[in-house]
Amino acid sequence: MELAGRAPDGPLQDKWDRHRFELKLVNPANKRKYRIIVVGTGLAGGSASASLAELGYDVQTFCLQDSPRRAHSIAAQGGINAAKNYPNDGDSIWRLFYDTVKGGDYRSREANVYRLAQVSNHIIDHCVAQGVPFAREYGGLLANRSFGGAQVSRTFYARGQTGQQLLLGAYSALCRQVAAGKIRMFPRREMMALVLDDDRAVGIVTRNLINGDLERHEADAVVLATGGYGNVFFLSTNAMSSNVSAALMAYRKGAVFANPCFSQIHPTCIPHHGEYQSKLTLMSESLRNDGRVWVPKKAGDHRSPKDIPEAERDYYLERRYPSFGNLVPRDVASRAAKAVCDAGYGVGPTGYAVYLDFADAIQRDGKEVIRRKYGNLFDMYRNIVDDDPYEMPMMIYPASHYTMGGLWVDYNLMSTIPGLFVIGEANFSDHGANRLGASALMQGLADGYFVLPYTISGYLAGKAPQNSGTDQPAFDTAVKEVEEEIRTLLSAAGKRSPDSFHRELGRIMWDHCGMARNKAGLEKALGLIEGLREEYRSNLRVPGSDRDLNQSLQKAFRVGDFLDFAQVMTLDALERNESCGGHFREEFQTEEGEAKRDDERFCHVTAWEYQGDKALPRSHVEPLVFENVKLAQRSYK
Amino acid sequence: MTAETGTIHISLKVWRQNGPRDRGRFQTIDVPDVETHMSFLEMLDVVNERLAADGDVPIEFDNDCREGICGMCGAVVNGIAHGPKRAATLCQLHMRTFRDGDTVVVEPWRARAFRLVKDLVVDRSPLDRIMEAGGYISVNTGSAIEANTIPMPQKNADLAMDAAACIGCGACVAACPNASAMLFVGAKVSHLALLPQGRPEAAQRALAMERTMGDLGFGNCSNERECEAVCPKEIKITNIARLNREFIKAGFCSSRT
Repeated sequence: MELAGRAPDGPLQDKWDRHRFELKLVNPANKRKYRIIVVGTGLAGGSASASLAELGYDVQTFCLQDSPRRAHSIAAQGGINAAKNYPNDGDSIWRLFYDTVKGGDYRSREANVYRLAQVSNHIIDHCVAQGVPFAREYGGLLANRSFGGAQVSRTFYARGQTGQQLLLGAYSALCRQVAAGKIRMFPRREMMALVLDDDRAVGIVTRNLINGDLERHEADAVVLATGGYGNVFFLSTNAMSSNVSAALMAYRKGAVFANPCFSQIHPTCIPHHGEYQSKLTLMSESLRNDGRVWVPKKAGDHRSPKDIPEAERDYYLERRYPSFGNLVPRDVASRAAKAVCDAGYGVGPTGYAVYLDFADAIQRDGKEVIRRKYGNLFDMYRNIVDDDPYEMPMMIYPASHYTMGGLWVDYNLMSTIPGLFVIGEANFSDHGANRLGASALMQGLADGYFVLPYTISGYLAGKAPQNSGTDQPAFDTAVKEVEEEIRTLLSAAGKRSPDSFHRELGRIMWDHCGMARNKAGLEKALGLIEGLREEYRSNLRVPGSDRDLNQSLQKAFRVGDFLDFAQVMTLDALERNESCGGHFREEFQTEEGEAKRDDERFCHVTAWEYQGDKALPRSHVEPLVFENVKLAQRSYK
Repeated sequence: MTAETGTIHISLKVWRQNGPRDRGRFQTIDVPDVETHMSFLEMLDVVNERLAADGDVPIEFDNDCREGICGMCGAVVNGIAHGPKRAATLCQLHMRTFRDGDTVVVEPWRARAFRLVKDLVVDRSPLDRIMEAGGYISVNTGSAIEANTIPMPQKNADLAMDAAACIGCGACVAACPNASAMLFVGAKVSHLALLPQGRPEAAQRALAMERTMGDLGFGNCSNERECEAVCPKEIKITNIARLNREFIKAGFCSSRT
């Protein structure tokens, strides 16, 4: 299979303009004849639905929550990047492009990233016009702050709720189109199958989560905006319903899955505290500006941190990285915490936590200064942990947070299945091997507001409107397969709940395919995953019926897909014999413990093609060509 | 963690109802070993795993982000929407709030406009209908002017943000004796009316959203302030006052009715 990125030729700055001119347009009077299905209502899906409907397309939008205002984009705290250069500190589209390519450790497509930087400014304009209440300076103009991985202030924010406010902006635009009759909204629906006709995407089958009905929906194009797969680790900062199922349905029908091993681990989360735990909560990275990270020098030291004298503490980040200290990048800080805990120095009831201590900062600046800077975070910590971080050091540990990999798409955001488009975190396109802070919101909205609405017309203009109806054999077969799967799941006479399988899978992935990986561990994981898949088939138990709301049945489907996906992710990590960004192979590191890329052999995208349930997937390669950026080794010494 | 870890024994009285036509009843479940560090929803997870293991049907409850921002979760716990902890969603309530031997009563949002789906799950889509009636600024993608063209007093931006923080959970409706959605509507109308770009449609928005709220079976406001007391985002009823001003202004000054 040849993976053609389809980025246009010519100078980088002109590619998008030129492409937009060359894309075929759909006559305005004909747009209403084309139906587009959008699955997912996060930033990407919500913004795409609204924009496509404004253009005149007939849009049907689906989400599994009770309302299109709830998807997990809502939880993003920090902000959204744009190259406005309001602070006059030297930012530009080129610099945003360059920072993003470098931050991604040179594993993304230049043309896509440049386009992202180009449209970033339009996003801010549009969101302000929608009424997003971004933070402002006294003079009434927009405020900016700086964020990791950049030396300029280019991040726009709405308190600690930027994701929420941007999502509510997209949601309100979507509501307006629902009222105008241009979007038909289907909440509480789960996609169950992608339907192809003549190898093109022509519709989906959904399950009504309230009454269990399987519903058929036909369309001229299907857009997946179904988010990332961070929940493969079971414990993550993702929402409970975040899943990989829709992407995997597309994968099983021939869409290739790109760079699944590129996942991001965030260093400052509230640690795991018990077997019953359902999720991990992220705390802003800004805490590392004033907190000092340490563990006891003696393994298994169970004294209260206040009783451990200074001389018996190991400030391991300051020791190992004297110049960056506690401010090393996300991946470096995460791996260092894992290393000390694996060696037995971890603290807390599970031994998988390290201290983040503000005692020195409080002594230096006073409690009031620290409260002004971090008050809300300290409150959040106290609420969850029931411990006072002004008095006792916080405990933190890294957690799965974002996934850079996703369904492979070309420059038009179309997958290897004609008519199937993938946007937002669900695709792989812009972040390479590592995503910079405040760039996820930017990409989701860029895809939905400003890229897909153009590129999708290039596809639709080349086809007649679909009207074969949903009685075709392709839909019949899809529905029959789903019915069969539901029957199998509900009749399974085993003993274990879907959650217990998910928990076990999460442990395997975290231990062997998490923030540090090696060949032996990955090979071991493949065996463990296979064993767990087998047990899942024979020892699962799903209570309830398929004719009403049954969250256990929903979970069973999602966990089954995570089990299948885990294999692809692990294979990808095994095949990529280099370290880059969030993918750290212990065999490939510099003397300082920094990721060591192999640009000779791995400057490419690896995309996996499904070969049937029993066989291993096949890998394909899209070489990455850098014409504008010089590849260099990241260094934080 | 470093704080005292313990377990408590509680008696859970939880509302079970198999759909809108079922009568519904309380089921009492003895939970002898609740770890106090659990969140309320994690406690329900544990109970559900046990119910399923015993061949019973798990309790259905809505939840998603479990960090207090998506607005998906919510139930009335011991008579209070989202439970006894102030300014927190149900997912941010922890079991250390309860004492050994407590009876914990859990019920769904009860309001005429929210049809019950199952157990603790209700249909809050009427809130989406209210939003569709006018909870937006009419701007198409591509037509926006440069973002810094309209300066906005920082104070107004802050007030707009206070109102925009609403997560649409519906606790205000559940707590109100009239099952009114005035705090929800007031928050959205205020958020947009405080911004210059929201002014052109302010009158129409206030009228349409208020009218739709009434049509959908929500009651009206009689200043009980119960909504404000349970709102997890601490949205103030001054937003209802602002809605009323916008509404009256619209009624007098606008050509629309």
